[in-house]
Amino acid sequence: MPKRVLLGLLLACGLAAPALAQEPKTGGVVNAVIQPEPPGLMLAQVQNGPTQMVSGNIFEGLLRYSPKLEPLPELAESWSVSEDAKTYTFKLKKGVTWHDGKPFTAADVLFSMEMLKQTHARARTNLAQVDKIETPDDYTVVFTLKQPFGPFLGIFEVGSMPIVPKHLYEGTDWKTNPYNNAPVGTGPFMFKEWQKGSFIRLVKNPNYHEKGKPYLDEIYWQIIPDAAARSVAYETGKVDVLPGGSVENFDVPRLSKLKDTCVTGAGWEFFSPLAWLWLNNRQGPLADKRVRQAIMYAVDRDFAKDVIWNGLGKVATGPSASTIKYYTDDVKKYPYDPAKAKALLKEAGYKGEKIRLLPLAYGETWQRWGEAVKQNLMDVGMNIETIATDVAGGNQKIGDWDYDIAFTYLYQYGDPALGVGRNYISSNIAKGQVFNNVEGYSNPEIDKLFADGAVATPDSKRKELYEKAQKILVEDVPVAWMLELQFPTITRCKVKNLITTGIGVNDGFKDAWLDK
Amino acid sequence: MKQFWKSMLRSPSGVVGLVILLLAIAIAVFGPMLFPNSPWRMVQRPFLPPFTLGTVPLGTDALGRDVFAGMIFGARVSLLVGLVSTLVALVVGIPIGAMAGYFGGRVDDALMRFTEFFQTIPSFALAIVLVAILQPSIYSIVASIAVVSWPPVARLVRGEVLSLRTREYVQAAIVTGQSNSWIILREILPNALSPVIVLASLMVATAILLESSLAFLGLGDPNLISWGYMVGAGRTVIRQAWWITVFPGVAILISVLGLNLIGEGLNDALNPRLSREGR
Repeated sequence: MPKRVLLGLLLACGLAAPALAQEPKTGGVVNAVIQPEPPGLMLAQVQNGPTQMVSGNIFEGLLRYSPKLEPLPELAESWSVSEDAKTYTFKLKKGVTWHDGKPFTAADVLFSMEMLKQTHARARTNLAQVDKIETPDDYTVVFTLKQPFGPFLGIFEVGSMPIVPKHLYEGTDWKTNPYNNAPVGTGPFMFKEWQKGSFIRLVKNPNYHEKGKPYLDEIYWQIIPDAAARSVAYETGKVDVLPGGSVENFDVPRLSKLKDTCVTGAGWEFFSPLAWLWLNNRQGPLADKRVRQAIMYAVDRDFAKDVIWNGLGKVATGPSASTIKYYTDDVKKYPYDPAKAKALLKEAGYKGEKIRLLPLAYGETWQRWGEAVKQNLMDVGMNIETIATDVAGGNQKIGDWDYDIAFTYLYQYGDPALGVGRNYISSNIAKGQVFNNVEGYSNPEIDKLFADGAVATPDSKRKELYEKAQKILVEDVPVAWMLELQFPTITRCKVKNLITTGIGVNDGFKDAWLDK
Repeated sequence: MKQFWKSMLRSPSGVVGLVILLLAIAIAVFGPMLFPNSPWRMVQRPFLPPFTLGTVPLGTDALGRDVFAGMIFGARVSLLVGLVSTLVALVVGIPIGAMAGYFGGRVDDALMRFTEFFQTIPSFALAIVLVAILQPSIYSIVASIAVVSWPPVARLVRGEVLSLRTREYVQAAIVTGQSNSWIILREILPNALSPVIVLASLMVATAILLESSLAFLGLGDPNLISWGYMVGAGRTVIRQAWWITVFPGVAILISVLGLNLIGEGLNDALNPRLSREGR
């Protein structure tokens, strides 16, 4: 007998409660910055950050996720899991229409899965566990898995699995379909116009399926290529919303102090970007575990957090960000301790061999961070040489394993099976990749723990496996974990309720309203 | 020689320029000995304004690094790049110009077309491309600045040699059967040098500016601090912390100005007739 999960509805009520304190007002136009200009808006085919940010308001997924990453209803109003954890049944919301007025049904979901398997790399991987998808009626979708897959309910967010209109895409060439330039979704806002290099304009969907929403009339996504000009645009009142990462960190404190300005680090829980240093485990001094541990002790991560990231974020304790399921901080600790680092280097017999450091060419913040880490490591006697490179050149070097230490940050997607294990299991060692197991760490025990963890039931069993994996990894230091990043979102305080979910601005305008 | 110094010291701009240059060289050579702390080290809290703490007289940058230490170590890089790349440009430019001017004809044509090839490309753009391809390091920066700055030297030397070649004493040397290289090295070049020296002093200034511009754009050697790097890194925070950009900027201004003044003074000293007529 399937156990019905109505948790989602309960949660939705819980979330709505604080908003009731102040009655949302209808109407108004919001100007937000989008940086950089997205290459396209067809979310099922383009997954760049800025595309997700704009199109997350046009398209919808079956589910949304709370800041604690519990699933919330969106196009699916309820869902249930069979006893053997292999069959997931979604009940779709009735009365949902596409922006062109056609009704949304289970056939659209089925079609979307077909398209995503071809056009969306991450969705393809996520769907690999699915044996078959069936639609017994117009408002029911049943996913049958090959084996139980713990994180399955975590893959239905709009950016990971957007639902696209079957009636506009079926039988056409998806890549050249004219609707790619004027996307049609079920979301709270409809695409209106895109002046390339200037702005993208979305307007309210009057027939939106959640009564009363959205509250705003229009959203203008302003495209401003220069970081300093983006700050000025906020100061002069041209824009009201600066999503995470759209201004330099150094500008954040100044902008935060402006009148009527609200800053939050929330809204990134689903992605939980974690920054670390790839350490090339294959060769040279870094092949020695003690040298890798020395790096953990040598780098002043509190300094990086307080000075380079202006106090936003959190010092990482291990391979999982603290927002990820089954996270544990009951692991070996690496406080800033240069003396201990020196002792470990001596013990490992490090004699000043040259070590190459690749910073991340993503702008000033990352450059400064590279300089600070280099100085930290030089202070304990390591001979570091910074290699200057652009993004493409850096990716090439990392993909060719031609580095010793390299900066990176990766999204974790809420579950260790989706975003953590991929960086440490030996089957993911492959030349030419800049994600996955770039460091060349290989440990059969870790392979087994992550393999078992993905499919284990019940939850307590998964927890046990993943906690064990975290302990082993933190002891071995395959990579040097730095910070759980937070990208502050800066808004005029009159913009209310923009960030209510773990996906943040990417699907936030649905609930946002303007206090005039 | 005595005559040279006398007229050099008579021109006020030459004296001022010399003082500035000597000061800069002294800072570059002895400064790092007096302030042994690495300019990359985070020593104080970030964004400390200047003149508030004796230990960091010019304040600290976005990471809490000493701006004063950066200035001193930056002097070394800026001067080194300026002098070495000019030297390399001279080593490339003088022989090419001398050969073109002396041999004339097809040799001249070939060498000058080759030179023009470099002159037609905007020099800063070419320098950026070269550094980006070779990956930023002190060597690639010196090399690319040299590559973009030798053509004017070659043109200048060629012009001088062309006019000197027709002088009687050169003709005499040819008649007495001296070898070509001997004539170029011993008879012609020494007499062609004075404008080259003036040009070289200005080239050092240009090279310092070029290096600063490259570093400003993030194409400096990531392991060496330079004034241009400091200006570039401080640019994003100029509204919160003017001192990070202003002090190294002033340092660039003064040293480039000093070198230009020296160039002027040299011009006066080496062409006494010209300068006296000019007054």
